[in-house]
Amino acid sequence: MDLRTSGKPASPEEIEAVESVISILERPTGTETDGKGSLDGRGIPFDNKGGHRDLLLPALHAIQERIGWISHGALDYLSLQLGVAPAETYGVASFYSMFSLEETPKTVIHVCDDIACRAAENGEPAAAMSGRWGAEGDGSGEVMWVRSPCLGRCEDGSAALVQRAGMPHRRILVAPLAADALAVELEKPVHDWANTESFRVPQRESDPSSLRLLKRVGVADPTSVDSYRSHGGYRALRRALEIGPDNVIREIKDSKLMGRGGAAFPTAIKWESVARNTARPHYFVCNADESEPGTFKDRVIMEQDPFAIVEGLTIAGYATGCEKGYIYVRGEYPLAEERLDHAIHEARSKGLLGNRIFDRDFDFDIELRRGAGAYIAGEETALFNSIEGKRAEPRNKPPFPAQAGLFQKPTGVNNVETLINVLEILEIGGLAFSNIGTPDSTGTRLFCLSGSVSEPGLYEAPFGIRLGELLDMAGGVSSPKSLKTVLLGGAAGSFVGPDQLDIALSFEGVRTAGATLGSGVVMVFDQDADLDQAILRIAQFFREESCGQCVPCRVGTARQEELVLRLSNNTVIGSRSDEIALLGNLATVMRESSICGLGQTAANAIESAFKLGLVRG
Amino acid sequence: MSDSVAVSIQRSVSVTIDGIEVAAPEGSSILQTCRSQGIDIPTLCYMETLTPVNTCRLCMVEVQGSRTLVPSCSRKIEPGMVVITNSDRVSESRKMVLELLASSVDMSIVSDELAGWMELYQVDKERFGPMAAPSSLGERETMRAGHHHKSDGSKAATVFEPVKIDNDQYVRDYSRCVLCYRCVEACGTDAQNTFAIALGGRGFEAHITTEFDVPLPESACVYCGNCVAVCPTSALMFKIEHDMRQDQSWDESRQTITRTVCPYCGVGCNLEIHTQDNKIVKVTSPLDHDVTEGMLCVKGRFGFEFING
Ligand SMILES: Cc1cc2nc3c(=O)[nH]c(=O)nc-3n(C[C@H](O)[C@H](O)[C@H](O)COP(=O)(O)O)c2cc1C
Ligand code: SF4
Ligand code: SF4
Ligand code: SF4
Ligand code: FES
Ligand code: FES
Repeated sequence: MDLRTSGKPASPEEIEAVESVISILERPTGTETDGKGSLDGRGIPFDNKGGHRDLLLPALHAIQERIGWISHGALDYLSLQLGVAPAETYGVASFYSMFSLEETPKTVIHVCDDIACRAAENGEPAAAMSGRWGAEGDGSGEVMWVRSPCLGRCEDGSAALVQRAGMPHRRILVAPLAADALAVELEKPVHDWANTESFRVPQRESDPSSLRLLKRVGVADPTSVDSYRSHGGYRALRRALEIGPDNVIREIKDSKLMGRGGAAFPTAIKWESVARNTARPHYFVCNADESEPGTFKDRVIMEQDPFAIVEGLTIAGYATGCEKGYIYVRGEYPLAEERLDHAIHEARSKGLLGNRIFDRDFDFDIELRRGAGAYIAGEETALFNSIEGKRAEPRNKPPFPAQAGLFQKPTGVNNVETLINVLEILEIGGLAFSNIGTPDSTGTRLFCLSGSVSEPGLYEAPFGIRLGELLDMAGGVSSPKSLKTVLLGGAAGSFVGPDQLDIALSFEGVRTAGATLGSGVVMVFDQDADLDQAILRIAQFFREESCGQCVPCRVGTARQEELVLRLSNNTVIGSRSDEIALLGNLATVMRESSICGLGQTAANAIESAFKLGLVRG
Repeated sequence: MSDSVAVSIQRSVSVTIDGIEVAAPEGSSILQTCRSQGIDIPTLCYMETLTPVNTCRLCMVEVQGSRTLVPSCSRKIEPGMVVITNSDRVSESRKMVLELLASSVDMSIVSDELAGWMELYQVDKERFGPMAAPSSLGERETMRAGHHHKSDGSKAATVFEPVKIDNDQYVRDYSRCVLCYRCVEACGTDAQNTFAIALGGRGFEAHITTEFDVPLPESACVYCGNCVAVCPTSALMFKIEHDMRQDQSWDESRQTITRTVCPYCGVGCNLEIHTQDNKIVKVTSPLDHDVTEGMLCVKGRFGFEFING
């Protein structure tokens, strides 16, 4: 079949942007342009398989960064060069919120409008933006702002991501957000625009010896591999290479490590089935797409201890027989990406990645990939599709990643926090690790505390710590008003009441209480908090982040938002109890019949809020 | 392409369906196994000739040991599997899926089969309230991913928008689109290999589109009409039928269907010629024919226009 494009030309800048990503590729003859970028692909053999389709997302990023939006000409040029149908390229570009498909101001500010920031800013974090830069989405000026889901800076109470296109281009994450201060920053030359780097790890001051996973945060220089090594870095990989892949997996098995990305799956089982799979090659992916509202733990690790992730992934690759690993980092995390990129380069230059690592018969390298604004891309199979240059739609399971994952090959995938636990396990031994925490939830856990606590931030505690104890570590409820509720586990988690402070924060402890630890979110609400707002935002979040593939979630999340609105506005159809019953039926179909965890958990928090009487039933 | 199970069948697998033990060839789906036993399971996105995408979630069944319901169209049977197709849990889910669709999509012209299921499950399309007004042309298509028009919840959001009429062959009425992916599959590797259309956008605003929503004549479309043939809800409709429905002259009771072999080339595609009042109003291809499996090219599908002259 011939590939057909519109004949609309790409500008020299657009071509340059695409070529900066794909220039190394050999292309079929006929895909050269006439110098003006004008081309019509008729006559070029094309199968839409595009052997290098995985470069689609990086190339779309390059166009977006350079030009500020993706024009028809640019899209055609890219499609033709990669052998992907323009309709499909468009389908991919229009899936992600960081790509613009119409001309847009060079500066776009994505303002967090999610649960924690809404609560902190009395429901309207965007008010100050309108005053300065006009209505949301108004692209008539130099700067446009739009609302964004949680940006992983909840401990700061407000946040924004700024995307600046052109030469030079820049992405910065700022928090806390003050419109005036941001306006001053944007007056500076673009390459001086700075991320507001911060990490809040209160135990660093109060009790540093209690930190295992966070022990290097704020201590080692995150840009120096030597500093990393002088703080214990690369001891775990050395040990792994000494004991061999099978014994690494045995240590992980002994440790009883469970995944920290939300699903709490035993890590050793995953590793073992990848290692044993006879198909080749194997891949290992580090899931660094952290986007669960209320979660910021992975960002802190990436920004402050990036080498630990590189080392952890290298060990995972070694144990499972991979030569290549990927880190898929959230597109809204520019500093994390910068630090990881730097760490990978440093490690490579020191022989810690590449061929014959530590002079052993072990080759491994890591490629860094960037998301483009889609919570669903954190679902593991959606993430594979995203790397492959497709829409981040989750796949039906089975087959599971260990059978057919990235590029349909056996693939291991772990969350950032899971991988850094591997270092600890190899250092102290699997059995010793299994003695930390509870018998069924071993090790320590990172908790993201935000909302009405005196010291919001990232905390590390052994599994089994009581919710009340954890809140005490953070100085207790910050306001004179008492505690109303805690959101455990994020938007996909559930609310628990002030009478449940003795819940043990372990996988089994929260399960007994009908809750989940999810990604470690502990968001605190005092008596003044507007829970109607919170659950409305949660409903909106799922509607806006649904990939749209399956009916229960695509339509169900829209209906759920409408129902929450009607209940909170008291404009119910029929009686309130009819509406509550309908909400329950919706929850059931989403939970039972959705393809992936997004739809399956989209009703949890909302249901729990009604059940606890936090909002009027 | 179609399931090539025939080649890989070696063994027979024993499963229990609604309490009755049945055997089916290894590699069969739960759906195929059930249908071979005469058990009716409603489907929407599934089509024998297309790769299952399992997105509609209408065909869900219970499988013992599974926390959630399971899509019968894509899940293969395994030895000892215990399947329940007729529980309240299953019926509730199917009813709800149909109601979610009917509350957001115009399902007034659907296959008899689908209409039957909607009746069986007593679908109430107003269960989520009155339907919201249609969007203007292009509005849904240009929404930034992850954003939507906030409403007050009093009206049920729909996918309603004006019909797209941009060529003489067929019209696209996406108010009727249930997003079953069949057209995209038929235009892609499952039949046509043209890739003129794809999924665009995300979530409730996801839609079928060409690149930048350009009209079909500016797209790669070659008017084979295969997408029209697979569309279960008449979102894609031949222009003649659309026009006749508009002026209310479309009348299936006055139509006759004649089978013939396409005269245009040597492949030997079977055609079904639908005529009304001695005029050809539609050309389809029988699903059960192993050359075409329901698919045709532009000449067979639309060549009749020269005959009608
Ligand atoms: C909607 C959705 C979003 C997810 N997002 C993330 C994420 O951002 N990071 C993550 O590690 N896991 C995420 N997951 C879980 C992954 O699918 C997968 O279980 C995890 O990466 C496995 O790693 P682990 O075993 O180390 O937890 C998400 C799951 C769902 C359903
Ligand atoms: S549950 Fe939602 S996010 Fe997951 S596949 Fe279905 S539509 Fe997509
Ligand atoms: S008519 Fe044929 S080529 Fe055109 S969109 Fe439909 S399937 Fe694709
Ligand atoms: S247009 Fe028809 S075939 Fe295509 S997705 Fe919509 S309902 Fe399915
Ligand atoms: S950064 Fe705003 S809610 Fe997380
Ligand atoms: S028919 Fe099985 S999911 Fe659509």
